[in-house]
Amino acid sequence: MSERAELAHNAAGRAVPTMVNGRPQIPFLGVGKFQPRGRKATTPIRSNKDYPDSGDKRVADLEAALRKCGLRDGMVISNHHHLRDGDNVALMALEAAAKIGVKDLLWFPSASFPSQKGAIELMEKGVIHHIEGSMNGPLGDYCTQGKMRGMGVLRSHGGRYQAIQDGEVHIDIAVIAAPTADSFGNADGSHGKSACGSLGFAFADSTYADHVIVVTDNLAPFPCVPWQIQGNNVDYVVEVESIGDPAKIVSGTTQITRSPDRLRIAELVAKFLREAGIMKDGFSFQAGAGGIALAFVQYLKQMMKEDGVKARFVRGGSTKFLVELLQEGLTDYILDGQTFDLDGVKSMANDPRHVATSPFTSYNYHGKGNFASLVDAVVLGATEVDVNFNANVVTHSDGRLLHGIGGWQNCLFSGCSILALPSFRDRIPVIVDEVTTLTGPGEMIDVVVTERGTAVNPRRQDLLEAVKGSKLPIRSIQDIKTEVEKICGGKPARPKLGDRPCAIVKWVDGTVLDTVWQVG
Amino acid sequence: MSGATETSPRSTEAGHWGQDVRSDVHVAFEVLDRGGVEISLESRVAPYYGDSIVKQARAVLDELGVRHARVSIHDEGALPFVIAARIEAAVRRAGLALGKRSLPAQHPLPPPSAKDRLRRSRLYLPGSEPKYYINAALHTPDAVILDLEDSVHRGEKDAARILVRNTLRTVDFGACERMVRINQLPLGLEDLADVVGESPDLILMPKVEQPEQVAEVDRMIGELKARHGIIRPIWIMPILETALGIENAFPIAAASENVAALTIGLEDYTADLGVAKTLVGHESQYARTRVLNAARAAGVQAIDSVFSDVADMDGLRRWGEASRAMGFEGMGCIHPGQIRMVHEAFAPAAVEIEKAQKIVAAFEEAQTKGLAVVSLGSKMIDPPVVQRALKLVERAKAMGVIS
Repeated sequence: MSERAELAHNAAGRAVPTMVNGRPQIPFLGVGKFQPRGRKATTPIRSNKDYPDSGDKRVADLEAALRKCGLRDGMVISNHHHLRDGDNVALMALEAAAKIGVKDLLWFPSASFPSQKGAIELMEKGVIHHIEGSMNGPLGDYCTQGKMRGMGVLRSHGGRYQAIQDGEVHIDIAVIAAPTADSFGNADGSHGKSACGSLGFAFADSTYADHVIVVTDNLAPFPCVPWQIQGNNVDYVVEVESIGDPAKIVSGTTQITRSPDRLRIAELVAKFLREAGIMKDGFSFQAGAGGIALAFVQYLKQMMKEDGVKARFVRGGSTKFLVELLQEGLTDYILDGQTFDLDGVKSMANDPRHVATSPFTSYNYHGKGNFASLVDAVVLGATEVDVNFNANVVTHSDGRLLHGIGGWQNCLFSGCSILALPSFRDRIPVIVDEVTTLTGPGEMIDVVVTERGTAVNPRRQDLLEAVKGSKLPIRSIQDIKTEVEKICGGKPARPKLGDRPCAIVKWVDGTVLDTVWQVG
Repeated sequence: MSGATETSPRSTEAGHWGQDVRSDVHVAFEVLDRGGVEISLESRVAPYYGDSIVKQARAVLDELGVRHARVSIHDEGALPFVIAARIEAAVRRAGLALGKRSLPAQHPLPPPSAKDRLRRSRLYLPGSEPKYYINAALHTPDAVILDLEDSVHRGEKDAARILVRNTLRTVDFGACERMVRINQLPLGLEDLADVVGESPDLILMPKVEQPEQVAEVDRMIGELKARHGIIRPIWIMPILETALGIENAFPIAAASENVAALTIGLEDYTADLGVAKTLVGHESQYARTRVLNAARAAGVQAIDSVFSDVADMDGLRRWGEASRAMGFEGMGCIHPGQIRMVHEAFAPAAVEIEKAQKIVAAFEEAQTKGLAVVSLGSKMIDPPVVQRALKLVERAKAMGVIS
């Protein structure tokens, strides 16, 4: 890292750098305190006379397409992560850039995956300067070991949209993997051999990048219907053998946890929704694809049937378990941000009530509202939570990067944000005095459900009142923490973190919430 | 005596480690002649508990009288009571620590268990798998069984005993009755020597065939209780698993005042008969009826076997309901997922409870009026029926079916 970081203490009391990758930063001011002004970012004016009347925008390969886009040193290249660990396109694009001989690119994926560890070599060679996007596995270690030249910037899905919209990040070239596309550039994720369902994460890139390249392994004659990405935003189309490994793009079957302890947590979450009166006709919820979240959906489904309750909509990450709710008439709609398994992909392709959404509809800070705050309850995970309900989702307790933020921060705006977690993992307590990396302010987190009891944030007296007299194991978070520390043989030692920032965690509004420090 | 004997191995090990191992620890122990105690640690929780593990290991070794040794600890996130047990097992295997124990701090004992307490479900916990212990009570079985018999490999019995002893001492099992299944005699007597001091509530005896076996265990428990100054009861539940055991059901049930329940092990029993165990269970009809009748005749509970297909919840329900209808009061669970279904199956039906509540109300009314005869409407209720209703209402309350 070339720059010597100046640190400031933000409203959450965390020390954060004031200058990151050459850009001044605003320390977190408090939830809802930052009021951005000005006009949104925009793209250069284009004219259709410069594009073929035939609508055929195909070029030979990615290298040719990147050359046509005018790829230069220091540009920003973006990708989406709908193909997850099966994605071939991001590395294909970065390697094509290496072949052209450019240096110091900023890679801006909506998330990175372990299979993209080839990016490390490209950073070593100087092709990539740094990554702004979630990093875990080998890339996460590379970053937290302080080897990346620039600082990592971790944003939520909504925060990424915000950064693109207000010009904090300007994408020079977006390379969009498309399971189906036509030669005009219309693209869809729910059909084709590499189908992934929604393409929502690429929506911002397609509308705000200077240049847009669509890469597909399933070229359809015009028109590609439906078009999740509009060809009118697309410069070039590249046909390749394979955009990814279907086995790793979606799981064939999503597995519910079989751990009795985790099943207990899932059931306690479902019971909480029922007892608190949240599970009522016309309600809505969001749950991810983790083992506990999937099991939660199954328990809730049973309770909805018993009580004759129907949801108006559920938010995905969709899986076959949400699809079953839709098919059994227990929800009117699935509003789906990303599709985790084959049942989800098929459902989105065939059922008009299974709707693809994007971070624009769901999470964007600069939107005129978004869906996240309309959801009645959301079930999330975390690596740590402290006694004031502050939570960490991005690092292990020892400070190494573990997860991206994903939609996690954005979801905290729902009516009731629930963290569902085991009270300790191996021997490591999950409830701590202070989280290693602050990812979600405690005022946004309403309930923590563990196998040893359910803690309601004292700020939510309404929820405490609602579950009073129920059989739920309601306890104070401090009480659960004390019990777990007794089991684990005392408080864990605090991990030794370095004093050099290697990444920052942004809040949904673009301010800096916390710092990820170099370790090891 | 603190030195190792000539024949004892200089290098021993205990516990488990590896990618798939959780909440356990492996201890490699080597006796040295000089140089003090040398400890090396590899642990997935080292940044958080590394210092604490090394400190604990030193304290345990000191308590066991180990002066010179090389100890390599490979920890997979084991809790302190497990670490202590594994170190002690490794040390004992080297022939050291004779007459010494390293007991972790004691969790307060739960209230003593009543002879006729609710025993719908008992959850089996393998005596070599510490990861299952700490959360077992959260799944609310009526009892947990720390098993030293079939789930523990022959060569691991010594280590399992120490682990079970530490578990009884430190793990909070909430409202669960704390049972231990010992091995067949005479090995079972060694089990008793290690665990009775920690006041288990009940000892399960496998493959009992003669009342004398029960009497022997009863006597041994009595002696150990006296030695440890334990006055709370430790009940006995013989498991009948052979044709001979079934034939001796009554004398076995009546062998001691401390027998609280009789149970049956169908896997071994059907093997002894040389028949297949079926879902319907015709092959064990006689044995189960015999156990029931003998238990009732001796005034103790009759408890059914386990249902071994954890995926078949409907089968479990049918088995449990039929079992209750026969007169059994509970059964074993080999997975926490079975507990709720077993509780449902052994709960009295709503109509039964309602009828019993009416009888109890009539009884109470007769009591306040000083009447000897209880009547409901135009019908007179016989005293045994009243007794049964009182018991049923009390049980339903204990099960949380009514308040």
